Amino acid sequence: MLESLQLIISLLDSTIRIATPLIFCAMAGIFSERSGIIDIGLEGKMLLSAFVAATATFLTGSPILGLFAAILASCSASLIHGFACITNKGDQVISGLAINILASGLTITLGIALFSRGGQTPPLGSEQRFMPIEFPFLDQISFIPVFGDLFAEVISGHNVLVYVSILAVFFTYYVIFKTRFGLRLRAVGEKPEAVDTAGISVIKMRYQSILIAGMLCGLAGAYLSIAHGAGFGREMSAGKGYIALAAMIFGKWNPIPTLFACLLFGFLEALGVRLEGVELLWIGEVPVQIMQALPYVLTVVLLAGFIGKARAPGAIGVPYSKEG
Amino acid sequence: MRSSENKTGNETTVSLPVSTKLAIELKDITKRFGHVIANNDVNLKVESGTIHGIVGENGAGKSTLMNILFGLYKPDSGTIFLNEQSVEVNSPEKSIALGIGMVHQHFMLVPTFTVLENVMLGNEGSMFLKSGEESILNRLKGLSKNYGLDVDLEAIISDTPVGMQQRVEILKALNRGAKILILDEPTGVLTPQETIGLFDILRSLREQGVTIVLITHKLKEIMSITDTVSVMRGGKVVADFATKKTSSEELAENMVGRKVLLSIKKPASKVGKSILEVKDVSHDSKDGVNVLKDISFSLKEGEILGIAGVAGNGQSELLDILSGIEALQKGQITINDKPIFSHQEWNSKKARDFGIAHVPEDRHKRGLVLPFHNYENSILGYHRNDQYSSGFLMDKGKILNFTNELIQNFDVRPRSPSIISGKLSGGNQQKLVLAREIESKPKILLVGQPTRGVDIGAIERIYEDLMELKSKGTAILLVSVELDEIMSLSDRILVMNQGTIVGETSSSNATELDLGKMMSGLEQVREDRNE
Amino acid sequence: MSDSNIIPKWLSVGVIPLFNLFLAFCVSGLFIFLIGENPFKAISVMIKGSFYYPGAIGYTLYYTTNFIFTGLAVALAFHARLFNIGGEGQAYLGGLGVGLMCLIFDQYIAGFLVTILAILGSVIFGAVWGIIPGYLQAKRGSHIVITTIMFNFIAAALMVYLLVNVIIEPGQMSPETRDFATGVGLVQIHMLAKYLGLNVAMSPLNLSFGIALIVSIGFWFLVWRTKFGYEVRSLGHSETSAVYSGIKVSSTIIIVMAISGGLAGLVAVNELLGVHNKLLLGFTAGYGFTGIAVALMGRNHPFGIFLASLLFGALYQGGTELDFEFSSITREMVLLIQGLIILFSGALAYMLNPLVEKIYLKYYGNFNNA
Repeated sequence: MLESLQLIISLLDSTIRIATPLIFCAMAGIFSERSGIIDIGLEGKMLLSAFVAATATFLTGSPILGLFAAILASCSASLIHGFACITNKGDQVISGLAINILASGLTITLGIALFSRGGQTPPLGSEQRFMPIEFPFLDQISFIPVFGDLFAEVISGHNVLVYVSILAVFFTYYVIFKTRFGLRLRAVGEKPEAVDTAGISVIKMRYQSILIAGMLCGLAGAYLSIAHGAGFGREMSAGKGYIALAAMIFGKWNPIPTLFACLLFGFLEALGVRLEGVELLWIGEVPVQIMQALPYVLTVVLLAGFIGKARAPGAIGVPYSKEG
Repeated sequence: MRSSENKTGNETTVSLPVSTKLAIELKDITKRFGHVIANNDVNLKVESGTIHGIVGENGAGKSTLMNILFGLYKPDSGTIFLNEQSVEVNSPEKSIALGIGMVHQHFMLVPTFTVLENVMLGNEGSMFLKSGEESILNRLKGLSKNYGLDVDLEAIISDTPVGMQQRVEILKALNRGAKILILDEPTGVLTPQETIGLFDILRSLREQGVTIVLITHKLKEIMSITDTVSVMRGGKVVADFATKKTSSEELAENMVGRKVLLSIKKPASKVGKSILEVKDVSHDSKDGVNVLKDISFSLKEGEILGIAGVAGNGQSELLDILSGIEALQKGQITINDKPIFSHQEWNSKKARDFGIAHVPEDRHKRGLVLPFHNYENSILGYHRNDQYSSGFLMDKGKILNFTNELIQNFDVRPRSPSIISGKLSGGNQQKLVLAREIESKPKILLVGQPTRGVDIGAIERIYEDLMELKSKGTAILLVSVELDEIMSLSDRILVMNQGTIVGETSSSNATELDLGKMMSGLEQVREDRNE
Repeated sequence: MSDSNIIPKWLSVGVIPLFNLFLAFCVSGLFIFLIGENPFKAISVMIKGSFYYPGAIGYTLYYTTNFIFTGLAVALAFHARLFNIGGEGQAYLGGLGVGLMCLIFDQYIAGFLVTILAILGSVIFGAVWGIIPGYLQAKRGSHIVITTIMFNFIAAALMVYLLVNVIIEPGQMSPETRDFATGVGLVQIHMLAKYLGLNVAMSPLNLSFGIALIVSIGFWFLVWRTKFGYEVRSLGHSETSAVYSGIKVSSTIIIVMAISGGLAGLVAVNELLGVHNKLLLGFTAGYGFTGIAVALMGRNHPFGIFLASLLFGALYQGGTELDFEFSSITREMVLLIQGLIILFSGALAYMLNPLVEKIYLKYYGNFNNA
């Protein structure tokens, strides 16, 4: 009993750690796609900013500066995306793909040139990272059964960016549904003509949205290399940007359901790792790959309308031009 | 929450003084799109606090003119005066600030938003929706009460009927302080009852000093609600009237103009047996709107049956069903005594197998694949025929020969089979489509707007080709919004209005005026005066 | 966006794409310069590495073969205005087709028969991985870009599972199957040359290159000479015109995706039957993604795709040479160049059009003043 409780707690703990970059990226995706811009470049932006975060932190010694540098790098990638598909009306998928491949090549090339470590950055010391924060009063409540452990392991003891990611969800929800900016952002992704005839610039709205997406991807990247990890490793985003994309679709472009989709996908991965080599009653050993593939399979099934219907923003992928 | 909210609130009520006499004056406005002159030295004056109508046929330049006034298009030359002051309207933002509101023909509403969200868009009152909401709700309550604009603020737009969507558009404009309201074909999508409701609203707006510009092609509406009216034709304003001092007849005359009728020799008609029977066909569009109601008619060999009507009264859908693009939902169609049932698979390929050829209304969207070469377009829809292929391979030599023949026989210029069709002039594109369909030796030819965007020379040629086809015994169904075209080509004329056939006449008995009245829904006659 | 109507074809199909490519290389050069190396030296190393050294051309053409297959796969889908990002997964599944055929049959029937079955297997398995997203797009309206991305990951997970747990050679640690029986596979060119008495440097180039060339010609016939190709292009240019002409939209989409997937699956023939002689993890190495760049650069025409594949083949092969000559730039530089090419030749393909139109009209546009 105690053992299985321990197991569940540690599973939840790793779920949160795994889900954090997904949450940032998925929120970024919501900002971008709600404004009508497809963003498959989440992966590349996260990878690029992870590299820049680690590099800047190593060079300056300050994770705060590293974080800012990461956001800056990610926003630059967003601007390239915007220049290609908002200003020049290029294909949004191709542009996103270019950013992903560019980020792959750039991070390794620059990494080798700067540090000669096969693409890795030098390891960062604990003072150069965002370290876990222990909540106060832990000792006082540790005697409470279940809840004490839960609090100590799952709620407390994460680095600051984990908490920021949860805040980012509420920030996204609030901005998109409760503010003037959000109203216009949603409108521009559904029916840009309506926004244009209301006297608001479609182009400006879309640039603003993808810049916010850039910032959030920057946070995701920083989390990977200077908070969760201690330095950058090549291809360290490892497809998380695409899982975030899947989570966003699974959450139907809504922040709160998307948060749960991220947690679900994070949980599946944590579970997969935990179950590796474990014989389960009746089922036998569950291959870890099933857990890995499940997020993608679920998303395909959802998109095909077999469980509910995911409806993308109405004007997504279509460059706006007045001549119609 | 802060002062910004009050500021916007005030702006909307005091943006323009109402006392000036001329609300709008447009001077010498010219606007070109490529080689087409949409507005040619247009002058227009609208007095403050009146309802001014602008009538004209499709393509007369009404919408372009109003989009210039609303700041969506920039005029090439000309000046705009509002309240007798020269202004520059270079964006919707500017025109809204100047007190202009526009209700577009296709609504500019976000379908997934609530009514309230749509009204707030662009005029939210505050950074945060909640704090802006209250003042807007108050204002909206006032507006709805004053003008009888009844809306459900919580409803999602895509669930609401079009009549309410239109009221939302009007509310949107008023909420932003519009003192000049432009409505582009506002009744096109409304039921008669909804139209009455709209006109009540417009009248009460006029009482409150709002200036209204109403674009329409429906003479009845002009006569019943406007104070003054301008008639546009061919990009120009050709006449101005005080509504009380004119009549629908006079307006119709000015709308149509005294165009020189192209002299067409009608060959001796050898009308044969009936080949197409349409019986009680009804159709609902994808949005569930009933677009055809109990259409019945028959078409005979060697006859041209013209369908007259203002665009959007069901003619396009009728063509789509007959040509196999849309499935038959209700009713029966019989071709050469072979019936097509609604449950049958009915597509363009089947239709061609039945001997139906189709010159579609929109040659860019349907009739041609614009980036294709002429020789590829010359077989569009017939590419499966054995005459162009050996096995699964297409025979380019045969196709080129065929295309060369087509462009020789039908005078498509330039005479090159391998030029990209998108680079041809409108007239030559149309000749190519017509040539292809005629060359398929059809039993029935469906023709939609054969001369839309086509130059005079090509028009003459197209008419001759249609006549020759008719004399060979092909049955031709001609849909056109050009009255003179219908009159000079057809043997019999049907008039469609709001999805039904409202009149039938033989072309020798028809006058433009009679037809115009029927088209506008003024008169409902069915005179079977077949000789 | 599409090609301009104003400027002539030699500008829009010839000069502008070349200039876009030039821009991509300029920016790449800039990066090399910023790193502190000489861009021109890097270029000369790459050219030598891809064409000059013994066996270099063979390696270059071996990479070229992969890019022809994936480039054609992406291009065919593009002709129907479908964006198939799933080339990577389809190629991977093609490998499963090859592997299964070989492992099942190579003990019982003659090697060349097994090879033919394996080639068919690669096409069929790749096709299946294309048909499913095609079906979901045509019948259920799922966005094909998203579905094919997901299918890449599903393919990866599936292959890892099978290779680790099911078809791994017993007693073996690394996740790969046993070697295919001798006599199975495609002969390498240097062996063939030796047989003919010629001396050709050793390289992995094999008969798959010939298959790629034949498939390219077949592609041209399919797209520009058959009724099906005609329907595909009509659909790609204008769905409304396609419906008008009686083309069945959904079945065309599904068939296009089947052929597209099959083409991508052929990568496995080059890699497994031509080189590795067994099924192993990760043999697709990003070729599916590079196919997108190849198709964009090659403008979806087999000849353009051949040239673009050759360029990428040279980049890949030349890139490996960078590792030996420089301490600070490596073959991953090629990824950077590839990303820039996709950006400039793809996403920014029409960036220069307004400028070129302006210049063109200024000098040749007198007739337009009418």
